[in-house]
Amino acid sequence: MLYVLCIFLPLIGAVIAGLMGPWIKGRGAMIVTCGALLMSAMISPFILIDVGLKGHPQTIQIFTWISSGAFEVDWALRIDTLTAVMLVVVTVVSCAVHFYSIGYMSHDPSIPRFFSYLSLFTFFMLMLVTADNFVQLFFGWEGVGLASYLLIGFWYEKPSANAAAIKAFLVNRVGDFGFALGIMGVFALYGSVSFDAVFDATPGKAGATIEFLGGQYHALTVICLLLFIGAMGKSAQLGLHTWLPDAMEGPTPVSALIHAATMVTAGVFMVARLSPMFEYAPFALNVVAVVGASTALFAATIGICQNDIKRVIAYSTCSQLGYMFFACGVSAYAAGIFHLFTHAFFKALLFLGAGSVIHAMSAEQDMRKMGGIYKMVPLTYAMMWIGSLALVGVWPFAGYFSKDTVLEAAYAAATGPGAYAFWLGISAAFLTAFYSGRLIFMTFHGAPRADERVMAHVHESPKSMTIPLIVLALGAMFSGLVGYSVFVGDGMKAFWGDAILVLPNHTAMTDAHHVPTSVKFAPLVVGAVGLGLAFFMYMVKTELPARLAARFHYVYLFLYNKWYFDELFDWMFVRPAHYLGGELWREGDGKLIDALGPDGITAVTRNLAARASQLQSGYVYHYAFSMLIGVAGLVTLYMYLRGG
Amino acid sequence: MIVQSLVFYLFSAVAIGAAVMVISARNPVHSVLFLILTFFNAAGLFVLMGAEFIAMILVVVYVGAVAVLFLFVVMMLDIGFVEMRQGFLQYLPLGGLVGIVLLAELLVVTSGWLFSPQVSGTRAFPTPSPDHITNTDALGRILYTDYIYLFQGAGMVLLVAMVGAIVLTLRSRPGVRKQRVADQIDRHREDTIQIRKVQPGSGV
Amino acid sequence: MLEIGLSHYLTVAAILFTLGIFGIFLNRKNVIIILMSIELILLSVNINLVSFSVFLHDLAGQVFAMLVLTVAAAEAAIGLAIIVVYFRNRGTIAVEDINLMKG
Repeated sequence: MLYVLCIFLPLIGAVIAGLMGPWIKGRGAMIVTCGALLMSAMISPFILIDVGLKGHPQTIQIFTWISSGAFEVDWALRIDTLTAVMLVVVTVVSCAVHFYSIGYMSHDPSIPRFFSYLSLFTFFMLMLVTADNFVQLFFGWEGVGLASYLLIGFWYEKPSANAAAIKAFLVNRVGDFGFALGIMGVFALYGSVSFDAVFDATPGKAGATIEFLGGQYHALTVICLLLFIGAMGKSAQLGLHTWLPDAMEGPTPVSALIHAATMVTAGVFMVARLSPMFEYAPFALNVVAVVGASTALFAATIGICQNDIKRVIAYSTCSQLGYMFFACGVSAYAAGIFHLFTHAFFKALLFLGAGSVIHAMSAEQDMRKMGGIYKMVPLTYAMMWIGSLALVGVWPFAGYFSKDTVLEAAYAAATGPGAYAFWLGISAAFLTAFYSGRLIFMTFHGAPRADERVMAHVHESPKSMTIPLIVLALGAMFSGLVGYSVFVGDGMKAFWGDAILVLPNHTAMTDAHHVPTSVKFAPLVVGAVGLGLAFFMYMVKTELPARLAARFHYVYLFLYNKWYFDELFDWMFVRPAHYLGGELWREGDGKLIDALGPDGITAVTRNLAARASQLQSGYVYHYAFSMLIGVAGLVTLYMYLRGG
Repeated sequence: MIVQSLVFYLFSAVAIGAAVMVISARNPVHSVLFLILTFFNAAGLFVLMGAEFIAMILVVVYVGAVAVLFLFVVMMLDIGFVEMRQGFLQYLPLGGLVGIVLLAELLVVTSGWLFSPQVSGTRAFPTPSPDHITNTDALGRILYTDYIYLFQGAGMVLLVAMVGAIVLTLRSRPGVRKQRVADQIDRHREDTIQIRKVQPGSGV
Repeated sequence: MLEIGLSHYLTVAAILFTLGIFGIFLNRKNVIIILMSIELILLSVNINLVSFSVFLHDLAGQVFAMLVLTVAAAEAAIGLAIIVVYFRNRGTIAVEDINLMKG
């Protein structure tokens, strides 16, 4: 009962705030939604302890949804360790964001709508993680996509926000198409979409093939690849990543909740949840690892050149998601989820801290116009340092434990993709440290580059914004230390139970603890080098960045313009789509269908009517003449018919 | 026989020629006169056939009344000469063709005319031989007895036509002075005549 | 050719009929010509009726011809009255100027 409440409280909050907004106004909406989330956030650790530590996973049936022939879908809450971990992540971060928004959005004209959407999103995410079958997972999946669209485009009077919201939805759609195909493939192969049925039947279907377009392919590989395409869209991996930086058009709490901690991690969650299937599709796992590693490096290279504070953090998220994926790709699901867990805290912290900075700088987001404020906003400064250090992976902060484990697992995998992932991961770690340091030094240090009016306004954020920061900072500091042994250490098997399946021949996770010491310390070393380089370039020799950018102009442009992916997609997809749409509209619809249909019929009718009206000349003798022609015709016909 | 056929051809040719002139004469008065000629020749044809009453009626009514009426109207409206306008030629081919076709069909029908054997039993009123009574007498005998209703109906038609023609064309023109006889008779001596004593040589 | 039979009279009537038809729509002059053409048509009908009456030895045809005559006279009178009134209002009875029913 408590578990059901934990899931559905955010929905109740969303509905009340959404429907009764005009009556309860901003304050009422805040109270209802934050209260509901607070209760959920307090219940979820108990669930984690009960299910994870005490080992009582359970499934709670709610009711039957679809029953159509062989296709049966239920609403059921599947609560095992993986779910419980995600519940904690989602509810705690969402609760922090809700409280933070009280202060951040206090001057916004549509407060009830915002809180309603936030709680609605939380509900959908909770539905996603507690799904017991593919269709329910997809319901949550689509729901978070919808909530993301609504929240990115929250300030809908801004055309750029609308465009970004549509872009996010469309790119997600591409992924969702693959995901839907995957679900259909699952049903075609297994005859059921319920997780229990599918997971139990997978070992037996390990060698099954599926027929597609005339060729026989390994069924599980095809299905897993299709499902992974969905994950790529949702988690902004290379190829379907273009929506994430533009999603920063939404308010900062939205970025913190959705695009750092929860929605984008749904892809990772999905891969881990479906580990019983992915384990039997080694090719798909390799693809996951390669894509994840490539994304990790790719996003980091772009992050070092961006000037908008939120974009840097967005690319950082993209990069860290790549880490999580390649961890899953080498069958180290536990490490991937552990990194997800810690990442949620410090990334949300970074985003909310950035929001605090933006709030202090009177809505300025360009780092080139910041600087020299660390004494004026000391709490925010400290929070940003904590978050950055956690991200870079400095002991004893959370990132050290999770990121290192991920890299160790990649090394220990000793496969081609594993090695690829390891080296790219190390390089990305270096770049991560560099851009994190760059962010802090540019934002807080040096001579102030903003004008006096802005500088005069710089102030610390109110308590409603700083207390959530502190809560998240606690997570960023201690979640690694506390969780290490149960997530990926000795308590791993007992903790995870049946939630994650790892085949005995995939030993990366367990071997990760036995890698050479150099590998264990490598991330720390590159992190330190990165931070040092950032310090050097942005605090000591501050003219160096500009000179380097001028010297390597084309490289700089390439990185600054996001590897020209947006331009590439525009040329490959958007323009042809526009052209096709335009042609179909003008030629197909306009000239063909309209000409034959309504317009054509009207024109023909007009034409005939005009001609017919010419018969009405007004002259009597014309009428008499036509009568005569009629008579002559009839007589001829009569004579002809009578054989005369 | 030969005289009869000659007379027939004469009358027919003149009738047809006059009909052609009716529709193609330039002067409308000439058209009416040619119409009168056509009627006369048709009356001649009727006499040739032995229906002399119809022939005379044709002359009296058609020529004497209708054609004169046409003449009155033509002259009163002062229509004048009208040149053949351009459009005539454009209609001639098609119109002519249709007309010729119709004529050809009529001729095909009429030239091969055969009476069916039963026709003699269907006569409504057998024509009495002219040796016994004249055509006029025979017509009179059936017109006022068996066809009396039709006869009276025809009279009504004529009455209506007469009334209709007057109704259509009667108008009171302003500025025309008419005699109002009733007013004239109604005058009193006192209103009109005054006796005044006049001194001789002084004027009124 | 020499023996004048029914067909001859019918032929004459047919020709007169056609001429009357021509007069209606081939004339470009004035409306009076149309009325006269109608008289021609009625004349041809009369010839038909009387010919049949004579050759069938049936007087009904001649009676009918008389009634046709009556009606033709009445119709000519009314038609001319209409033309007179029309001329008073429009000032013309040229065929080409009478097209008020144009639609």
